[in-house]
Amino acid sequence: MSDSTLADRSASAKETPGRARAPHGAPGSSRGGAASSPDTPEGPISTANTAQGEPASTPVRRPGDRVFRGTAVGAGAFIVVLIAAIGLFLLLQAVPALRANQVGFLTSGVWNTTDPNSLQFGILHLLWVTVATSVLALALAMPVSLGIALFLTHYAPRRLARPFAYVVDLLAAVPSIIFGLWGIKVLGPTLVPVAEWLNRNLGFVPLFAQGNVSISGAGNVLTAGVVLAVMILPVITAVSREVFERTPKEHIEGALALGATKWEMVRTTVIPFGKAGYVSASMLGLGRALGETVALYLILSGTGAAPKLSFFDGGATIASKIALGAGEFNNELTAGAYIAAGLVLFALTFAVNALARAIVARKKVSA
Amino acid sequence: MAKRIDIKDVNIYYGKFHAVDSVTLSVPPRSVTAFIGPSGCGKSTVLRSLNRMHEVTPGARVEGQVLLDGEDIYAATVDPVEVRRTIGMVFQRPNPFPTMSIRDNVVAGLKLAGVKNRRRLDEVCERSLRGANLWEEVKDRLDKPGGGLSGGQQQRLCIARAIAVQPDVLLMDEPCSALDPISTLAIEDLITELKQDYTIVIVTHNMQQAARVSDQTAFFNLAGVGQPGRLVEVDDTEKIFSNPSQKATEDYISGRFG
Repeated sequence: MSDSTLADRSASAKETPGRARAPHGAPGSSRGGAASSPDTPEGPISTANTAQGEPASTPVRRPGDRVFRGTAVGAGAFIVVLIAAIGLFLLLQAVPALRANQVGFLTSGVWNTTDPNSLQFGILHLLWVTVATSVLALALAMPVSLGIALFLTHYAPRRLARPFAYVVDLLAAVPSIIFGLWGIKVLGPTLVPVAEWLNRNLGFVPLFAQGNVSISGAGNVLTAGVVLAVMILPVITAVSREVFERTPKEHIEGALALGATKWEMVRTTVIPFGKAGYVSASMLGLGRALGETVALYLILSGTGAAPKLSFFDGGATIASKIALGAGEFNNELTAGAYIAAGLVLFALTFAVNALARAIVARKKVSA
Repeated sequence: MAKRIDIKDVNIYYGKFHAVDSVTLSVPPRSVTAFIGPSGCGKSTVLRSLNRMHEVTPGARVEGQVLLDGEDIYAATVDPVEVRRTIGMVFQRPNPFPTMSIRDNVVAGLKLAGVKNRRRLDEVCERSLRGANLWEEVKDRLDKPGGGLSGGQQQRLCIARAIAVQPDVLLMDEPCSALDPISTLAIEDLITELKQDYTIVIVTHNMQQAARVSDQTAFFNLAGVGQPGRLVEVDDTEKIFSNPSQKATEDYISGRFG
């Protein structure tokens, strides 16, 4: 949106070099409109300068513009450099450990780093737990968030909507260690009967089969996924709410005037309008779930056994494994093993974000 | 089809604000009635009260009766959704659903009403687009999104969408104010055709337009700043524009104010 208006402005500035001389000759006369759009004066004045053959070949820039431009470009460049530096750090630290690794890093699930002289570490099991917990969390949180966001924007009375939205936002402010405690002390034990029921009745489905830890322990993917769902709920809700709120009034009234009920109106206007935003909000939530550490550190029961690709597997996610291994960081090579795992997590969240952006971009083009 | 509307002593409020004071007027079937008047005089509000669209605005309420062939659309047993299915509306800004194709836009109302038969939908689509004088222009791209049409075409698409459900009444809220003169002319011709089958009420700021398309004209005005809008007079369009009985009407149409 803002890109196109900027392009329009600079294009119109280029089109009118002739008229641009007037403001240059009489600076006070026609600056009224320029104040509101700081980028327009630059173009015309610079063309006027060169057109009149004045010695100043560099465009005239006001100090304020220069300072602002400098800080903006600096801030933009800083974040790019920062991300590149993080990536580079991870890569450089991981390479020696990866060289010393005696098993395939991407193909093995073994994690044995106690002896720095015979390192064995593979990402496979960690990757499964990471992806399983996050995807489960997303699957649980997405419909609930959609419901909350629609309720807040189109169903709740205005007096209720504001405080309610505030409460949902507050959920995002709860520290993750609290979620972890709640998950392992309260939610986990409550979920055990559910888990046992699922295992008993749907055990033939691999996802509900016996995992690599005891179901009664509750420290499994299911508990972790539910806790993560609660944690990412406010993020998805907040962004979706913003998008749904912006549904053009004309579309809403158009649907209602055709005799749409409230739900039909929401289905024909609000949801199509907000779909892209909702998807990217969900990806944002997924990104957060993938990187969550402390809560899962508390919840997941550790095990050396290979996961059975079940909801009742224990183990560790990439992030919680790194936290668990903090005691081994005194050795460069061992630390490198964990850093290599971190690199995978970094790449994974990066890929999720890129995917989200691609989805949103494609939706915009087709709309 | 084409029902008569009787508005009886209608008062409209937004919360505590009294927006429209005691309007009484009748719209005969198969005719065009134009609402004219300065901005903020309540003519759009009255129009929106005819299909209960004002209820979209929180706090808005109507007192009095709006009778559709003798049946009060504000009776306790009447569902506003049903009212809007029989009274179509065209808005100031063309508002086709941007994610839907032209075809889906036209038949959106039918789909809401539960019609699923593909052949019937296609028939209605063609008939409505022909009715809105748009068929020839879009028949080769019915599957393209409605947002890709020009403003005037979009507005005719919206008219096609409104008449696809064969409403009893068609309400138009300044349907040409966002359009160029040629598109405006196309819509005005269309209104003249549509009145053979529909009862039409149109709000317009363009007095020539009211004079051109309507059989009956109602002039609304404000009694004063902060006062509710009211109906000054309603009469045959010819009479309103040649020899109105109220001085305020004459002042307005001759451009002495507003």
